Amino acid sequence: MAFTTEQISIMDSIIARYPRKRSAIMPLLHYVQSIDGYVTNEGIELIGQKLELATAEVTAVSTFYTQYKSKPVGEYHVGICTNTLCAVMGGDLIFDAVKEHLGIENDGVTSDGKVSVEHIECNAACDYAPVVMVNWEFYDNQTVQSVKDLVDGARAGNPPAPTRGPKTLRSWKQNSAVLAGISDGLANEGVQAGEPTLLGLKKAKGGA
Amino acid sequence: MSKLTPVLSANWDQADSFTIDGYKRSGGYTAVAKALAMNPDEVIQLVKDSGLRGRGGAGFPTGSKWGFIPQGDNKDHYFVVNADESEPGTCKDTPLMMANPHVLIEGVIIGSYAIRANYAFIYIRGEVTHVVRRVQQAIEDAYKAGLLGKNILGKGFDLELVLHVGAGAYICGEETALLDSLEGFRGQPRLRPPFPAIAGLYAKPTVVNNVESVASVPAIVNQGVAWFTSMGTEKSKGFTLYSLSGHVNNPGQFEAPLGITLRQLLEISGGVRKGHKLKFWTPGGSSTPIFTDAHLDVPLDYEGVAAAGSMLGTKALQIFDETTCIVRAVLRWTEFYKHESCGKCTPCREGTWWLVQVLKDLEAGKGSEADLDKLLDLCDNIMGRSFCALADGAASPIISSLKYFRQEYLDHLSAGACPFDPMAATLFESAGVK
Repeated sequence: MAFTTEQISIMDSIIARYPRKRSAIMPLLHYVQSIDGYVTNEGIELIGQKLELATAEVTAVSTFYTQYKSKPVGEYHVGICTNTLCAVMGGDLIFDAVKEHLGIENDGVTSDGKVSVEHIECNAACDYAPVVMVNWEFYDNQTVQSVKDLVDGARAGNPPAPTRGPKTLRSWKQNSAVLAGISDGLANEGVQAGEPTLLGLKKAKGGA
Repeated sequence: MSKLTPVLSANWDQADSFTIDGYKRSGGYTAVAKALAMNPDEVIQLVKDSGLRGRGGAGFPTGSKWGFIPQGDNKDHYFVVNADESEPGTCKDTPLMMANPHVLIEGVIIGSYAIRANYAFIYIRGEVTHVVRRVQQAIEDAYKAGLLGKNILGKGFDLELVLHVGAGAYICGEETALLDSLEGFRGQPRLRPPFPAIAGLYAKPTVVNNVESVASVPAIVNQGVAWFTSMGTEKSKGFTLYSLSGHVNNPGQFEAPLGITLRQLLEISGGVRKGHKLKFWTPGGSSTPIFTDAHLDVPLDYEGVAAAGSMLGTKALQIFDETTCIVRAVLRWTEFYKHESCGKCTPCREGTWWLVQVLKDLEAGKGSEADLDKLLDLCDNIMGRSFCALADGAASPIISSLKYFRQEYLDHLSAGACPFDPMAATLFESAGVK
């Protein structure tokens, strides 16, 4: 879609963060995803104009990084960790069960556009395995049933809250804006740490 | 028993540990005032004297890295934090930044002052939205408190700090790929030399440090070299975060002096999963050669782990019990390296692809014993033949698993299938939930 004057001025403010403007390409791509849901041709052309790059150069960067999507994902994009540790502890079962439950394949989107599924690599939460991410928010210690409930809730417009994250799960587009460096004011919501994070401290203090 | 030493994690049990008020209440932002009252060279010397070594994997002395930045060269200098935590098994920087982003920012200010940088970046992986929120908020609050921006604390030092969010590429944890990515290119490693200290970001002198390394600096400034060096071993000084995960009763983060052993950590944490026994583990993420139950008493410091044939890496202790198929585990890691190979160097791009093909057959019980030698031959042609260490990391689990579990590979061939029940390795059966 066409970008508004306000959106274009936000892009200018993103570019202004950096000593050299080409460095803004990644937050600009996140920002385009926050508007269009994925990296559209219009978005690539505008970034190219702004950074004085050929569209081929912008596309080359966009296609290198897996978080930039070349086609629409669901309003709730579900990433299931199937790297070794999570896979062994149940991630493989979760991934297979959820695909079957939704009737979609890896990288597929449900027909209502609500949920998409992708197998992901290690997401730095191994002490909370098996780990599932939705719009890159943490859902820790998942089971097959909990993830089925999660995607059913998401399709009904009522997903559960992340384990370590804001009180309410935000949409893919809303979270893409956060990744572009645009604050949504929710940093103070949610726990400071989960139980495994605190376990060593607790033991050091003599706790069980 | 070696005692735990919570320093970085000391205030994590405070509900507001991630706020500027919570951090200040636990003594935060007092080290920066001390450091800014010192000569920058004195700060570098202090960190050198502490013996602090990089906590991101390579273990290079942090103070030496800072000392490599040429001074009086009339060039811009940059201080860059590597917060692209992605090494499989590694999960320390992410909870650190979620629970206390301000300690990282305080370390950034001190480090930037020391190397005379007026621009700094935190390159964080893009798949952790809430951590991005926390760090972004912390930066905004630090600006408001006069800890970033112009004339910090009235000491005449200026620093701009930008949070840069990645987009899902493991390779950007490699420091030169990170710099290419930060410059707005595909994240691909550079040939070195020149090293980043001479030609880093925008070809200017640049320090790239891991989150935990930078976050350790305020405590060293505040409590001194003697305190820091009283912990750890001869060449591996101080405390560090060990991340315990997998088939254990209680996974989590444990901050302890360098040199603690897995046996001690398991005793403290509550041991291997009930009714099971340790089979293999990684000392520092999937790129470090695996260990077995014969290595429970290896001191987990840089020298001890190296002497036993692996690397301390990120201190990501992934524990697998006897229900885990080694071939399945190694295949999955290899698929990861194939997916994350940036494609720049042929041995890595093509080699990881072939490794996956051979391992897939072996896991399914197809192929022959000669394929095991083929795997080693492929590894031999990949290791050390690429710009960066990703290919070395890909070879590590294969070579080490063949060293300790060759028979298990052969058992797949004689059975014509994987002899393991994957359900037994999950948490679901024992927990009674599915």
